[in-house]
Order: sequence, then structure tokens, then C-alpha cells
Amino acid sequence: MDLTFNADETAFRDELRAWLAANEPGTAPHGDEDAHYAWRRDWQRRLADGGWAAVHWPAEHGGRGATLTQSAIFYEELAAAGGPLPANVLGLLLAGPTIMTWGTPEQQERHLVPILTAEEIWCQGFSEPDAGSDLAALKTRAVKDGDEWVITGQKVWTSMAQYAKWCMLVARTDTDAPKKHQGLTYFLMDMEQDGVEIVPLKQITGESEFNELFLDGARVPDSNVLGGVGSGWKVALTTLMNERSGLAFFLQVRMRQMLDQLIGEARERGLMDDPVVADKLGELHLRCEVLRLTAYRGLTAIETYGQPGPEGSLTKWMWSDTNQQLTQLAADILGPEALTAGAPWAFELLRARGNSIEGGTTEVLKNIVAERVLGLPRAGR
Amino acid sequence: MHFDLTEDQKEIKRVARELLAARSSWARVREAAEAGAAYDQALWDELAQLGWPGIAVSEEHGGQGLGAVELAVLLEELGYACAATPFLSTAAAAATIQAAGSDAQRARWLPALASGEATAGIGTRALCADGVGAQVLVLLDRPSGEVMLATPNDSDVAPLETIDPTRRYATVSGGDAEPLGHGGAAAVAAGDRVRAAIAAEVVGVAQRALEMTLAYVKERRQFGVPVGSFQAVQNRCAQMLLDTESARSTALYAAWAADAAPERLSEAAALAAAAAADGGRSVTASAIQAHGGIGFTWEADVHWLYKRAQLDAALLGGARRHRATLTALAAARVAVS
Repeated sequence: MDLTFNADETAFRDELRAWLAANEPGTAPHGDEDAHYAWRRDWQRRLADGGWAAVHWPAEHGGRGATLTQSAIFYEELAAAGGPLPANVLGLLLAGPTIMTWGTPEQQERHLVPILTAEEIWCQGFSEPDAGSDLAALKTRAVKDGDEWVITGQKVWTSMAQYAKWCMLVARTDTDAPKKHQGLTYFLMDMEQDGVEIVPLKQITGESEFNELFLDGARVPDSNVLGGVGSGWKVALTTLMNERSGLAFFLQVRMRQMLDQLIGEARERGLMDDPVVADKLGELHLRCEVLRLTAYRGLTAIETYGQPGPEGSLTKWMWSDTNQQLTQLAADILGPEALTAGAPWAFELLRARGNSIEGGTTEVLKNIVAERVLGLPRAGR
Repeated sequence: MHFDLTEDQKEIKRVARELLAARSSWARVREAAEAGAAYDQALWDELAQLGWPGIAVSEEHGGQGLGAVELAVLLEELGYACAATPFLSTAAAAATIQAAGSDAQRARWLPALASGEATAGIGTRALCADGVGAQVLVLLDRPSGEVMLATPNDSDVAPLETIDPTRRYATVSGGDAEPLGHGGAAAVAAGDRVRAAIAAEVVGVAQRALEMTLAYVKERRQFGVPVGSFQAVQNRCAQMLLDTESARSTALYAAWAADAAPERLSEAAALAAAAAADGGRSVTASAIQAHGGIGFTWEADVHWLYKRAQLDAALLGGARRHRATLTALAAARVAVS
């Protein structure tokens, strides 16, 4: 047991803090999604110039070969400094590592640098209207035509598609495969072509983070197949396995900041002496700390055993649940002020409803915990 | 950063699990409980022989010279076994006197507690665990939070029959009490050590309840399938895991902070106490529910765990007061920044 950072970790943190102090991210543009995204893109360029855009990438590809703990420190410090997530977060966290694992030397040469510098933004074409939690049920087809593939189908929940140059696309190349997760292929698809139509999906917040993607005869050359025809499921698992590692630490710090802000609001309103409010704030403080501690336990488990322990499956569920409680308590404390259109707390309240759906619904996460962690018999679906 | 037990600590855990599985079966726990909260004297003698009560007492005073994390490891295993011994109070009192007692208090109590010749009670005057027959009481009911040591006359300690007959409880009246050490901040921190210890026991109680439940729902069949294949049952089990692991994360943090980061102990102990008080109760309640009708019978042993979790929560003073502490700590930090 040692919950202090070692010398390397401390040196990493101090160097990062010094850089962040000298390179303040500035204030987020409010109310204009395109301006906000441009701000994040500029932020990633600055991170890349400083060598901080992808600390978890190996040094040969422009990263720092950071350990998992250093990566966690990076996201904690980034959030603490008020910095946004880099614009190309899907490229940095998902596409880059997947291409490093499965890509040919040519593919790595072509794609990794533009990912790092946010020159080319990436989106993820996995989910479909009838394949959400059940990814292997996807229906988008890819048919061989000479040395190209022709793609037809529909993707949904595609965040950043409107800014993306490339898409991590999984499509079905063999409809006769005996099992549904066979016969899938992973493509690197150019978004800038006829045959790719992007339709913004308006969320309950009124914003459009996500899009629908209509693919009608989109073309991908053979050279943009990643990991071989028919290996799509394995390659996609690499992408999915990368999904939740470092981000948990960023989100955990953001939630702590929101809680601190809420405590400030409660005090301004003289509500800290209200035992019910104080009790609920204490519960949220507990949950924030449990999340932080459990996330660190998960890191140790991965560093020690190469895989997360039983606690590793719980953090996403804990985080979404806690964020929903926190934003709901804000509505109790602030009253109508938190429910006014355009108010930051109103946005957070509505946005939090998505937390327990995106990246795996809480219901499915519980099933996964029950079956894979607790070893219970498979449930009737 | 290494948030896990060391190899040595895991070895202590493994040895404790095996020994208690052999010596403190449910049959033995039941025997002690049904005899009217009698302790399992043979087990206690063996634990004393092995030096467990003095795990966190210095070698100078006859202990093992280990720390709060090792104590937490043993407490988790004693909780897991729901063992009928005065281990919690005796070992936690010894660790507390070791950490914050005066030289005179250490010399007087540590050798006897470490060897198991003397036992201790911990709690308040209204609810003192292991108080009956204890030579020294560690009392936590001072408004200042300072831990007091009392050396009771027999007449001061009245047995209190609670719903948990796997442990002897008492009420305490009168009696001379003196501050632990020289009182003040160190004596307040000692109370945090005691709560961290109780929280560690609760982790074991919850872990056992979870494991018994998993075994049962995999085995028990209704409608032709194991009830553990029902999503409602699965979701309950997943929640039990979440509550158990939350208690574990915070209890480990508090045990670590007690020795390695005293400046974080008050917050860590409040986190551990709040997570354990509520988590222990809900996990063990879920265990009864998931066992169905059987779970409501005296014959199924899950109720011992539920009862222990209830009393541990009471010893911790309930979760709400610790949440209030956490709110105050967070508010103070927000005010400073």
C-alpha cells in the first residue's frame, strides 16, 4: 500500500503543472459549439507542441511512453487546470492505439502524426440503430469492388463526425459467417466523399454532439482495411478496451469541481446548515472520493496483473450515477435558476441523463458485472 | 502509487482466511451465539498464541510490530468469519494505545492486550463492544472527540443483549476515565483509527455476504433455471459488489492513512465509516433477500452477518454524522480555495 506518487510520477506531475501554468487553456467559448470545438482543437495543437497531446503513446510516435499512473495524473492535472479534453480525443485514445496495434507501417506513417496534432479529426462508426450494446449485430455492409470496398448502411451516435476527416468504421464483409461477430472488417474511412451523409442528432440538451451517418456507396480502398478482412471484431475490441482508461480521471476531477461549485452555491444561499442538504453533499463527497480511490485501485490492478480487478467494471456506473445525483441536487439547491434555459447547471442536468447510456448502459454494465465478474449464469436476454 | 496489499499483507490474509475457515465455521459461530454470546475461547486462545491481537503493537511491548493495514487485513478476515471473539476491540484498542497512548498507558496495557491476557472494549457508554470482562475500555463518546481510557469495575459494565449474539456488548456507567495519551488532537485521531478498524471488519462481513449469496443464487433453481440468471437478482448482486468494493476502497485508504499519512486520516476515516455503515447494512440485507425464504430462517447463516453489520454501523455512530464531517471538510476546502 502506497498512495503517494513515486519520484518519476512526481517529476512527471511537476513538469506538467509547470507547463500548464505557463500555457493556460483560457476560458471556454460559451454557447457556440463550433467555436468551442475550435478552442479545443487549438488547445490540442498547443499540447502537441509541448509534447503533451498523447502522453500514453510511445515516444517514437510523439508520446512520452507514460505509465498508466502517469496517464491518470495527466488527465487529473488537465482537468484541475481547467483545460478541455483535446479536440481529437477519439483519435488519441482510440484510433491511434488501434492503428499502432493492428496497422501496417504505411498506415501508421500516414495517420499517427495528423492524429497527434489534431490536423485530422477522427470519429467512431460502431453503433447502429439496431446495434447499440449488441455491437456484433451491426448491419452496415461492405462489398468488394476491384481494389475498393463499397459501404452501405447507417451509423448513429457518431460524435464529432461533422469535424472528422476519418472514421473508424466496422462493417460486415461476410454475411454467411456462422456467428454474428465473425465476418466483420474494420476500415479507416475517409469522411470527405459523396456517399457519406452526416445528419446532426439533436439531443435533449438542444445541442448536437452526436450525428447520424448515412453511408450510401461510400468507398474505401483495400489499403485502408485495418487488421485484415474478417478480423473486425478483434480489432474493434482493441478500440473498446482503450475506451475508458484515462478519461475516468478527467471526469472524476470535473465532478469534484462541480461539487465544490455546488457547495459554494449552497453556502451563498445559507443552506449549509440545512441537515438534508449537508447530508446529500456529504454523500456526494463520499461518492467522488470512492470513485477516485477505486479508479486508482483499478490502475494498480492493471499494472500488477495486466487486467482490471472486480472494481474496474464499477467506475463508469458509479460516475454516471453520481453525476446524475449531483446535478439533480443542484436543481434542489438553486431552484428555478438551475432550470433556466441556457444556464450551465441546466445543461449539466440534462447532459447527465446521457451518462448512464453512452459507452454502455448501466443496465448492460450490471449484466456484465454479474456474468463476467461475479460468474453468475447468463441471463435470458 | 500502489493501491493494493503488498505480497506480505496478502500472505497474512491468506493464512488468516485458511485458519479461520478451519477453526471458525458457521457451526462454531452458531454454537457460541446460541450459548448466549459466549466467546469461542479455544479460538481466542489460539489467536492470542499466534500474536494476532498485538499485530499493530511494537515488538518492545510484545507485539508483532506491524501497522494499521495489517490490522485491517486481520479484521477483514475476522469479519468474514463473523468469529465470536473479542478480537476487534482488543486489537483495535492495542493499536490505538500504541499510536497515541502515554508511555505509562503503553506499559500498562500493551503487553497484556498483545498477548491476549487482557481484553478491551470499544465504543460508547451506551454501546460498548466486547465490554463484558474487558480490563480496559476505549470510549469514543466525548463531545471533543478525544478518546478516553476507562478501567471499569465489574459493577460499571452491564451486559447488553443485542440482536448480534456473536459478540458481547455492554453499557458502561461511571468508572474512572482518563484521556488517551495527553488528550488533544492525537486522542481525537485515535478515534479515527478505531473507526477505520471497525470499517475494515465490515468489509469482511460484506464480502462474506456477497460470496454466500453468489453461491446460493448459482445453486438455487426456480422455473427450471438458477435464480442467479434472473436480471433482477443479478442487478442486486452487482450492487452488492459495488457497495462492498466502495467500503473496501475507503477502508484500505483509512488504514493506510493511519500510519502513512496522518494528515489525511480524519477525512479517510469519515469516508470509511460512512461507506461501511451504510454499505455493510445494505449488502447484508440484500444477502437475506437474495436467499429468499431460506434467508429469513434462523438456519441460514446470513442473518449473523446482517446483525453484525447493524451493530458495527451503530458502533461507527451511523453514516450520517460522518457525511456531515465530510461536508464540513469539503466546505472548508472550498472556502480556502
